[in-house]
Amino acid sequence: MSAVDAALPPSRLRRFKRSRSRSAARSWWRQPTMLIGLTIAAIWIVVAIFAPLLAPHDPLAQDFAITQAPSGAHPFGTDELGRDILSRVLVAARNSLPLAVLLVLCAGTLGTTLGVVAGYVGGWVDGLIMRLADLFSAFPAIVLAMVVTASLGPSTRNAVLALVTVTWPIYARVVRSLVLSIGQAEYVQAFRLHGASARRAMWKEVLPNVMGPIIVLATIYLADALLLLAGLSFLGLGTQPPTPEWGSMISVGTQYFQNWWMATFPGLAIFSAALAFNFIGDGLRDVFDPQSQIGSGARGGSESVEEDA
Amino acid sequence: MLLLIGITLISFLLTQAVPGDPALANLGQHPTPESIRAFHEKYGLDDPLPVQYVNYLGNLVQGDLGVSQQTHQPVTDDLSKLVPATAELAVFAIVFSTIFGVGFGVLAALKRDRAVDHGLRVFTLAGISVPMFWLGLLGLYLFFFKWGLLPGGGRLDPTTTPPTDVTGFNTVDALLDGNLNTFWDAFKHLILPGGVLVLYSVSLISRYTRSAVLEVLHADYVRAARAKGLSEFTVVTRYILRAALPSIVTVMGLVFANVLAGAVLVENIFNWPGIGQYAYKSAVSLDLPAIMGVSIFIALVYVIVNLIVDLLYAVIDPRVRLS
Repeated sequence: MSAVDAALPPSRLRRFKRSRSRSAARSWWRQPTMLIGLTIAAIWIVVAIFAPLLAPHDPLAQDFAITQAPSGAHPFGTDELGRDILSRVLVAARNSLPLAVLLVLCAGTLGTTLGVVAGYVGGWVDGLIMRLADLFSAFPAIVLAMVVTASLGPSTRNAVLALVTVTWPIYARVVRSLVLSIGQAEYVQAFRLHGASARRAMWKEVLPNVMGPIIVLATIYLADALLLLAGLSFLGLGTQPPTPEWGSMISVGTQYFQNWWMATFPGLAIFSAALAFNFIGDGLRDVFDPQSQIGSGARGGSESVEEDA
Repeated sequence: MLLLIGITLISFLLTQAVPGDPALANLGQHPTPESIRAFHEKYGLDDPLPVQYVNYLGNLVQGDLGVSQQTHQPVTDDLSKLVPATAELAVFAIVFSTIFGVGFGVLAALKRDRAVDHGLRVFTLAGISVPMFWLGLLGLYLFFFKWGLLPGGGRLDPTTTPPTDVTGFNTVDALLDGNLNTFWDAFKHLILPGGVLVLYSVSLISRYTRSAVLEVLHADYVRAARAKGLSEFTVVTRYILRAALPSIVTVMGLVFANVLAGAVLVENIFNWPGIGQYAYKSAVSLDLPAIMGVSIFIALVYVIVNLIVDLLYAVIDPRVRLS
């Protein structure tokens, strides 16, 4: 369904879904924003998979009919090299969406692993990991990413690498405090009293319960990842031309300011995809976090989690 | 303190990882071997890395961030010229987003699950989903190019004489001069870039405020206050908002961070002469002292803001004790 579902091993996901009560499952569908988000996300995933078939023109084919306003032949108009913008927007989905998923997967895995280690091992290891997290979050993501990509050279790979470097602390913090608080919970203590080793308790009881918040966080940060990647490309530090990319298309649009269609349509693409992920994340939050039934608001939930710890 | 050393070390190592030679990036089309050697000599680029780092730290302690290879000015001079511009933008964004964000959040919580709440929920989700640079561009196209209502970038119209430099905030300085025309001009230049930043921050603040308010909305003491016959306004401001304040202060730290990050993108679109634009320009031209200076400055501001948030937290919430 959504990219996040695909990101989880099916066994764990099933276990996870089974553990939810029926009423929660029903409230899923009662939320129109969740439905809208799922629909838009599904459309984008279909587009990303079948883009070459859906695109009316070759996204790289240049033509003498440059900077043409939207018309029947080119519904989104043409760019400064006469390329069809609709085709470019569609094909760019193959580039931007998997990259955002990749970024969230890498940062999520790294952050979760370090968070579990920090919470589980404790002591100086915990101190070291958390100070590192503080360090990397002392810079605004885009500034540090800008420096990293500028140093390593602008490319798609370096943009992802840079953003992984700056986003893993988000996951590490949340996972660490969850591991700490769930580790204290009575059902985990009871499991331990039955003779389970700490490691076994971690795998059987703690980790499955950490996954819920992590999925919510990952969905919401999928939207963020999309925006950050597009921002870096907009600054010329991400995916390089001629590969179609939403952020860099907008960047070209700034130079052809009077031709509104050049920037508007790629921007709408980013906006709709990010909105879809935020809608889904917001809905998942209500399902996975019974607390948020009262206050389904706070983004990411890292704050409330940290206060608990 | 350890954090600060770490920050300088990271930005130093990052800038050293540059595969390109900064001399080549800054000396124009046809550098001669002599000019490259002179460039290396001038900026100490041939010293061993630890020596360069210790030299840098030594200078840093004396408030010397080195000389920008691009503007040929000391980085501290560059920064002190640019910081007020970014600060004016940030203050504008934070003031307006706090007013509207807290207002929207309280409204959404009081009208929970009604149309207003759902509407605000969609609005705030949209606010954090919209790419700032795109929104800025759209705003420029409509308000500047199409309708000519607002200026197209920069801090002041070229024909407007800048106000006497007192605070560095053009709007405040213009008022101090008593020059309303200049004030209006500076304010009009703030509306679009500030507005883009406000939209994002409003969404964040409003979502946090809503959940903080909902947590205390049905608390016994709030019911008691209502039962006493206090007006709704008093109940909301004195009782509910007072309890929600720590959460709002926490989100302010986050908002501040987002405004600074957003400034990088927004300043580039609106040609706003602040540190965001400076950071971008120095990053693409591999201007090492400037990149390090900017990132250390921003990280320092971050650390200070977080410290202030923590301190405020202790002042506001009597349960928190400073250790």
